[in-house]
Amino acid sequence: MTARVGVVTFPGSLDDGDAARAVRIAGAEPVRLWHADPALHGVDAVVLPGGFSYGDYLRCGAIARFAPVMETIVDAARGGLPVLGICNGFQILCEAHLLPGALTRNQHLHFRNRDQFLRIETAATAWTNGFQPGQEVLIPVKNGEGCYVADTATLDRLEAEGRVVARYIGGNPNGSQRDIAAVTNEAGNVVGIMPHPEHAVEELTGPSLDGLGFFTSVLKHLVGAPA
Amino acid sequence: MPRVVVDVMLKPEILDPQGQAVANALPRLGVSDVASVRIGRRIEIEFTGEPDLDRAREIADKLLANPVIEDFTVRLVEADEIAGASS
Repeated sequence: MTARVGVVTFPGSLDDGDAARAVRIAGAEPVRLWHADPALHGVDAVVLPGGFSYGDYLRCGAIARFAPVMETIVDAARGGLPVLGICNGFQILCEAHLLPGALTRNQHLHFRNRDQFLRIETAATAWTNGFQPGQEVLIPVKNGEGCYVADTATLDRLEAEGRVVARYIGGNPNGSQRDIAAVTNEAGNVVGIMPHPEHAVEELTGPSLDGLGFFTSVLKHLVGAPA
Repeated sequence: MPRVVVDVMLKPEILDPQGQAVANALPRLGVSDVASVRIGRRIEIEFTGEPDLDRAREIADKLLANPVIEDFTVRLVEADEIAGASS
């Protein structure tokens, strides 16, 4: 059976189309979910795409967190549903308290848009089990508010529990503490990542095919392979 | 009708690059005696009935501020103090 991976569209989402295409290229069936519809339509996993949900009003992701679809996703994620938040999706996951910390204005105040090397720090998540720990990947980054911050105790706990999923290498594009580009929750089913794996799935448009690994990982996770 | 004003500020330990950018621009105005600038947000809430400070605190905690990075204060102001009335 083909896995069904939901991609949520909020008002202001930008990368929902690319996320759905990445899901399809990985071999799953993308299912478009709508912010105002609380139903998940039987999906096996969910991607919260990049963009500017609700115009980034108040704080990035602050209003999207209260969208009807998010109420359902938060409950389902606590029950183990794999959820990947990319860029604005990462911000939404932090605002929803599914992930610790917050994303703030890039330290240098400039929007950064470039191909970025990352080091995958753990394969023990639903979205990175297809990578080797320490593997270096090349994925586009494009954000204005991607500076990951958390208090020292939280950062230490994330490191100790192996919950830093990816780090920037070859230059930190936004000032994120400890070069953190992606984190996961305790169970490893929820991952937030600031760079955009969905933009690195095709030779024609991406700098690499490295992004595909996130989407094939979740398929592997869903068929019961150890995460 | 009095309103509730919520002031949201980044916690002191969180870097405020916007404030720094403003502070760095001040010398161009000929201002050289400002040590630092921090930027926050002021939200005015008008209730349909009596202003409810507890309710305002709940709104601030859940939505207006992100407690991970921001602190907030809640206070009642009279109509003649609200934004627009110059001091």
